[in-house]
Amino acid sequence: MKICWFHLMPYTELPEDFKEKHPGVWVEVDSSLFDPARAHVMYNDFMDELEYAGAQGFDAICVNEHHSNGYGLMPSPNLIASSLARRTKDTMLCVMGNSLALYNPPIRVAEEFAMIDVISGGRMIAGFPVGTPMDTCYAYSQNPSLLRPRYYEAIDLIKRAWEEPKPFAYNGRFNQYRYVNIWPRPIQKPRPPVWVPGSGSVETWRMCAENDFVYAYLSYWGYKSGIQVMKGFWDEMKAMGVEPNPYHAGFLQAVGVAETRAEAVKLYAEPANYFYNRCLHLDPKFTQPPGYTSEATVRARLDSQIVKAAAQATLARPANAEMDNILEKGHVIIGSPDEVADQLREVAVNLNVGHLMLLLQFGNMSKEVTNYNTRLFAEKVMPQIHGLFDDKWEDHWWPKPMTAAERVAPMAIPA
Amino acid sequence: MAEADDRGRARGTDGDPGMSAPDERRGTAPGGGRFRVWEKGSGPRVGYFAGLLGLPRWLPFLDALARTRRVVAPSLPGTPGGADWEDLDSHLDWALASGDAWFGAGLDGADLIGASAGGALAAEVAALWPRSVRRLVLIGPLGLFEPSDPISDVFAQRPGAYAPLVSNRPAEVEAYVRADSNDANEVVEWDIAQQRTRNAAARYLWPLGDTRVRRRLPRITCPTLIIWGDDDRVMSRAYATRFAEAIAGEVKITLIAGAGHMADFDQPQAVAEAVEAFLAR
Repeated sequence: MKICWFHLMPYTELPEDFKEKHPGVWVEVDSSLFDPARAHVMYNDFMDELEYAGAQGFDAICVNEHHSNGYGLMPSPNLIASSLARRTKDTMLCVMGNSLALYNPPIRVAEEFAMIDVISGGRMIAGFPVGTPMDTCYAYSQNPSLLRPRYYEAIDLIKRAWEEPKPFAYNGRFNQYRYVNIWPRPIQKPRPPVWVPGSGSVETWRMCAENDFVYAYLSYWGYKSGIQVMKGFWDEMKAMGVEPNPYHAGFLQAVGVAETRAEAVKLYAEPANYFYNRCLHLDPKFTQPPGYTSEATVRARLDSQIVKAAAQATLARPANAEMDNILEKGHVIIGSPDEVADQLREVAVNLNVGHLMLLLQFGNMSKEVTNYNTRLFAEKVMPQIHGLFDDKWEDHWWPKPMTAAERVAPMAIPA
Repeated sequence: MAEADDRGRARGTDGDPGMSAPDERRGTAPGGGRFRVWEKGSGPRVGYFAGLLGLPRWLPFLDALARTRRVVAPSLPGTPGGADWEDLDSHLDWALASGDAWFGAGLDGADLIGASAGGALAAEVAALWPRSVRRLVLIGPLGLFEPSDPISDVFAQRPGAYAPLVSNRPAEVEAYVRADSNDANEVVEWDIAQQRTRNAAARYLWPLGDTRVRRRLPRITCPTLIIWGDDDRVMSRAYATRFAEAIAGEVKITLIAGAGHMADFDQPQAVAEAVEAFLAR
C-alpha cells in the first residue's frame, strides 16, 4: 500500500463566530479575514510540514488547487510543488491537481507538470480534477455546461503534448493550436501517472478505466460515506472487465494518532471541529451551478441506487458537525497507533484502495501537533499497514523516477 | 428528446381556468432540428420567445394576447420542446438558433416579443434580420451588464430564493414549474426538462448575462416597446434606458405597476394591453 500525506493548506485563523457571521468560506469569503503576515507564517509552516512528512517516509506528499477559498490557500499548487521538489529527496510529489479547464492554454499544465517532473527527477504524480463548482464556475466564472467538455479536451491535448515526439497541430472544440511542442519533456515515459479526484460520477469512473488513470475519491466525509462510492466504482470496473487492482484507486481520510485514544481526542477535537464547522461552511448558492452536473449523471443518479447513494453520501453534509458525530461517522479516524492501524486496514480492504491519502493536518492544527501526528504515524502506524496488497498486486500507477544516484541534490549554500 | 409540456394547463397562475390548449405543431430548422411550436388565436401573427423558465405550460399573458392576435411560440433550444442545445457554444450559435426558431415557425415578417432571456435572443433576431421583424417587444430583456449597476446573479441563489427574486408571485412561479403527475417517470422527465432549461440559459448568459448584444442593438431599426416591471429586482430600470439608447428604431418604455422581472407572468392583463396597443399602431 502507498501512504500519501495530503495538505489542504487551510487558513488557520478564521474567527470562532465564522459560521454565524459569514455566509461561506468560498467565493465570497470575507477578505478582511485574511492577514498576509499571518499567512506568511502559515505557508512556511505548511511547507515545513510537507517536507517533514517526506523525510518521515511517506510515499508521497500531496497538494491541491482551490480558488477564493478560506480552507485551501493554493490557487497554484504547482508553485508549492516546485519548491517541494528542491527540498525533498525521495518522496513522490502528487499535485492533486490542476483543474484543467481553468488553464488557457491547457498545454500550460503539460509544461508545468513536465517542469516539476524534470526538476524532481521523475517524482511527479499528475492530478487532473474537473474542479469544484465554487472554484471553476464561480471563482473562475467558467461556463458550467462547458466545463466537462473543456476538461476532456484538455486531457486529450495534454496527453498528446507529453507523448507525441514531434510538433503537431490541434483543432479541438475549444483549443486551436498550429504548433504544439512542449519543452521540457517529462522524465517519466510515456507520461507521469495520472490520478483523477472524483466525487462519484459514473462518467469519471469510465474515463479513468478507459485512460488507465487512478480514480481517487476525495471526500471529507470519511470511509463510511465512501463505501457506496467505491462499491459503485468497483462494480463499474467489473462490468468493464477491469481487474480489481487496489492501486487503481485512491481514498482521502483525515487521521489523528496519539499514544492513547483519550490523548488523541484531546489533541484533535478542536482542529476537527474547526475543519468541519468553519472550513467546510459552504454557501449553498454556489454548490449547484446549472449544467455543472451533466444530464447523463443526473439520470444515472435517478436510475441507479448505488450512484444515488453515492451522490447522497457526497451531498449529505451535516448542518452542524459535532465531535461525537465526526468520530462516529468516521469522518476523522483518531486513536492510538494500533487503533488507527486497524481502522485504516479495514478502510483499505473494504474499499479496496491501494493509495491512502491522509490528512494528518486538518483545520487549525498547529505545526507542533501536526508534526507529532506525522511522526507517530510514520513510526507506529505505517509499519503495520504498509505491506498491504503488495503480495498480490503491482502498482502500475506509481511514478518511475530516476535512480537516487542519477538525481542531484541542491547545492549547500555556505552561510 | 423527451418532452415535458403541459398544454393548456395554467395551474399556478391566476389565469382563466377555462384557458384552452394551444395548437401544437413542429417547426424545422436548417439541418433538421425539430422543435415544438405552440400557437393560439386569430389575427396578425406575433412570435413569443420565453424567458429563463422556457414555456413548460401555456400562459395567461399569451392567452390574453390571443384575443386579438395569432400568438406563435416556438420553443428555443434547451427549453421544453426545444431542439438540442449542447453544441451551441458561441453567441453566434445562439443567435442563429434563435433565427432558426423564428423562420422555422413561419414567423418571417411578424411581430416579435421576447421576455428576459428570450428578450436577449429576440433582440439578436431583430438585429440580424431587421427586415424580418415588423415590431419588437422586449420584456425585461437580459443581455447587457453594467459593472456599476450589476444585474442580480439569477443562477447563484439559495434554495427557495429564485422565485421571490424574479417574480412578485413566487408561489405561483414555483407551481408553474412543478410537475403535476403521480407517475414517477413523468415527474423525473419533467424535472430534468426544467433543469435542462436552466442549463441552456446559463450556457449563453454565463457568467454575467452579457451576451454582447449591445454592439448589435444599433442594427435594430423596427419600432420597439420595452416593458419593465416597476419592481424588477433582477435589473434596474436603467437597463431599459440602455437598451432604448442603443436601438436605432423608435423606442417606447412602459413601466408595469406591481410587476417584478417576470412582468408578463406577474401582470398578464396589463402587459397584454400594453403590447396590444403598441402592436396595433
